[in-house]
Amino acid sequence: MSQTTRLPYLATAALSGLLFGAGLYVSQMVDPLKVLRFLDFGAIPAGGWDPSLAFVIVAAIGVMFVAVRIGRKQKAPLFDLAFNEPEFKRIDSPLVVGAVLFGIGWGMSGICPGPALSLIAFWPPDLLIFLVALFAGSYAGGMIIPSGRDRRMAVAR
Amino acid sequence: MDSFSPIPALLGGALIGLASAVLWLGNGRIAGISGIFGQLLPPARTVVWRIVFLLALVLGTLAAAWLFPGLGVGGPGGRPAELVGAPAAWGIPTPVWLVIAGLLTGFGTKIGNGCTSGHGVCGIARLSLRSFVAVGIFFSVAIVTVAVTGVV
Repeated sequence: MSQTTRLPYLATAALSGLLFGAGLYVSQMVDPLKVLRFLDFGAIPAGGWDPSLAFVIVAAIGVMFVAVRIGRKQKAPLFDLAFNEPEFKRIDSPLVVGAVLFGIGWGMSGICPGPALSLIAFWPPDLLIFLVALFAGSYAGGMIIPSGRDRRMAVAR
Repeated sequence: MDSFSPIPALLGGALIGLASAVLWLGNGRIAGISGIFGQLLPPARTVVWRIVFLLALVLGTLAAAWLFPGLGVGGPGGRPAELVGAPAAWGIPTPVWLVIAGLLTGFGTKIGNGCTSGHGVCGIARLSLRSFVAVGIFFSVAIVTVAVTGVV
């Protein structure tokens, strides 16, 4: 049996998912309008800007930063043989183009992939069509551009 | 400024950070949502934990909505969750707008190897240069996009 189908591994994934979903609700980032009010820098002079998202991401980075430092002192995570640390380091055009396209999509909808999935809990109208498009876009991307791991392998070859 | 909510933002952010910490120190995996669902599609290598994580993410959202009703959208006492369409003057039907946004988000996060969680939280915390570049770009582009569309 592979490491990734053992019970402690799956229980860890479940705990992480529960915390992540709760965090998206508590932070209110599940609300597309709330996200758009952060991205609306044009509202800063008039005082209508909502800086909440910055507080969310800074708090999340702070906790994860500590976890990464703890992890650097360990040989392996608790329930697998090694950390799956991304090894591809090059700033290449897929990274840049991908970030640009995602930025446009995110600015249009106020929905990034985490909230897109947590919104399933509330099933608002038109969510299904967004999710289908999200998966189709991801599938198309995977067809034409290799993943980070495969890109690294291609460079190493 | 009436919608600014620093305390829930900090608490919710800390929960997201904790979720990322648990997955990293437990399983050695990056809690990047676009990566977790993107690799469900063929040629998928590991599927079960990804499905477990995503189901738990939806359940966690539901549970928090019941525990803290009315905090945000959704759940009992909350404003109903609603997706946002194109500016009314543009005359673009909301489903069309959302399909375009969804395709761009799915495609962009796939070829860019990450979204707000994978690059934004985990990558920055790992001090990854690729993530700093990606985050700088997608935040800037999203801000410009909203400047063009205006908040609906």
